[in-house]
Amino acid sequence: MTTQGRLLRAEGLTVTFRIPGGTVRAVSDANFTVRPGRCLALVGESGCGKSVLAHALLGLLPGNATVSGAAWLEGDGEPVELLSAPPAVLAGRVRGRRIGLIPQSPATHLTPVRTARAQLTEALRELGSAQRADDLVMRYGLRPADLDRYPHELSGGMAQRVANAMALAGDPWLVLADEPTSGLDRPLVEKAMGTLRELCDEGRAVLLITHDLRAAEQVADDIAVMYASRLVEQGPAARVFARPRHPYTAGLLAAQPDREFAPIPGLPPELTRLPEGCAFRPRCPRADDACAALPAFGGGVACHHPLETADA
Amino acid sequence: MLEAKDVTVAYQRKVVLAGVSLAVEPGLVIALSGPSGCGKSTLARVLALMLRPRSGQVSVDGVAVRGWRQRADRRLRTSVALIYQSPRQAVDPRLTLTEVIAEPLAANGRPDPERVRALARETGLTEDLLTRRPHEVSEGQLQRACLARALSLEPRYLICDEMTTMLDASTQALLVGVVDAYRERTGAGVLAISHDTVLLDRWADRVIDFTGPGVPAAPAATASTPDA
Repeated sequence: MTTQGRLLRAEGLTVTFRIPGGTVRAVSDANFTVRPGRCLALVGESGCGKSVLAHALLGLLPGNATVSGAAWLEGDGEPVELLSAPPAVLAGRVRGRRIGLIPQSPATHLTPVRTARAQLTEALRELGSAQRADDLVMRYGLRPADLDRYPHELSGGMAQRVANAMALAGDPWLVLADEPTSGLDRPLVEKAMGTLRELCDEGRAVLLITHDLRAAEQVADDIAVMYASRLVEQGPAARVFARPRHPYTAGLLAAQPDREFAPIPGLPPELTRLPEGCAFRPRCPRADDACAALPAFGGGVACHHPLETADA
Repeated sequence: MLEAKDVTVAYQRKVVLAGVSLAVEPGLVIALSGPSGCGKSTLARVLALMLRPRSGQVSVDGVAVRGWRQRADRRLRTSVALIYQSPRQAVDPRLTLTEVIAEPLAANGRPDPERVRALARETGLTEDLLTRRPHEVSEGQLQRACLARALSLEPRYLICDEMTTMLDASTQALLVGVVDAYRERTGAGVLAISHDTVLLDRWADRVIDFTGPGVPAAPAATASTPDA
């Protein structure tokens, strides 16, 4: 796959929702880049805003959302700014064609009253793809006969494969995988991660959104850690897992059952009532008065007192 | 001892468990691991007296179970608590978290607001969350309330059926810590069901592989089984 000039670059991406009695800050000032051949995993606990970020990129936010900043999709001619692009551009030139979505819980994403084949064939036709449904699903480890089943007749792993085939029907170079492993058991998680790795190795870019650190570690080249709507740490996966710099990243890693298995004290803040300054301050062992001010992002981390690393 | 002997369960003609025996000892964490669809959750429901097996016996501390679901002896039924994978499907959406936790105490004629507050503290739920309804809290916060509810009647046995599968690492570590503290304090037995062998290796005293000998593999499917 030619990857000339292709990348996704988010600059100051911010999403808020108006709700009765307040404003939810779901994504605050996110900056990141996704490149062909690489997998960026966006990790964080449930409710931190990571899925909202994915939906913002695809123009799939509900009507009460306000978006600011920019998300440039470059390559293939004129760059497209995803946040301000008209719906017709997103529908006709972006979704399915340049960005494919692997959804959370594929079994419920499929329409229950139509067979997998009917849905995949429709996707191929709408996208003007010359590929045949049978060939496409065989690439993802399904038999053509499996396509004649209804979604409720598919196991979790089979539904996952159908969803993969649908996401890739239009041969997009960027794949967004939004919690693709929720509800799958561990061997299936590993298979799903293996598939994402293959997509990278074919020259596609993958943005993986997950709360599952072990899954992220298996496939990601780069990690971005999100806490209370902000990216608090970014870096190469090997470095972040071995030598985290943000105390929140360190806490998440320490909570793994094969590490200290100790929880981070306290609860994350409400996105309707984010504290001034560093949102992690009330739970942070390193916090002091300096943390009343919002830490700037620098050196891969947004923290006034980052953990030192050997090569820092 | 919470014990299942030679238990067989079938949904219509599909046999899900065939002659399965399992014992959960007081004070220990026994883990059950195995792929999706192998019958782990069915066995959990049998042991929690919520599903009558087609044949076989279940006993709680030596007392044979004769009734199931609402016909189960109240003392036996409340000595086993079950925590599910999805807290959202396990609570009444109309109740506040306080009411969710208080429900079993109230249903057993022993309302105890002080104990409800203590359980909330134990599971790390803050005051402002307790007045909310399920749709106003996160999955992890709701699961904390479900664990508090499960502990409210001081069960002798606790069955955690994929309790932390949907949750982040920190919440998982917290909930497992609460279960372990309860087990150490009361000597309760724990059955931990999960497909996460890393978690089970860390948590359990003994791991039983549910596709091993004496236990049937998942029924042979008629079509391809790419998950195997």
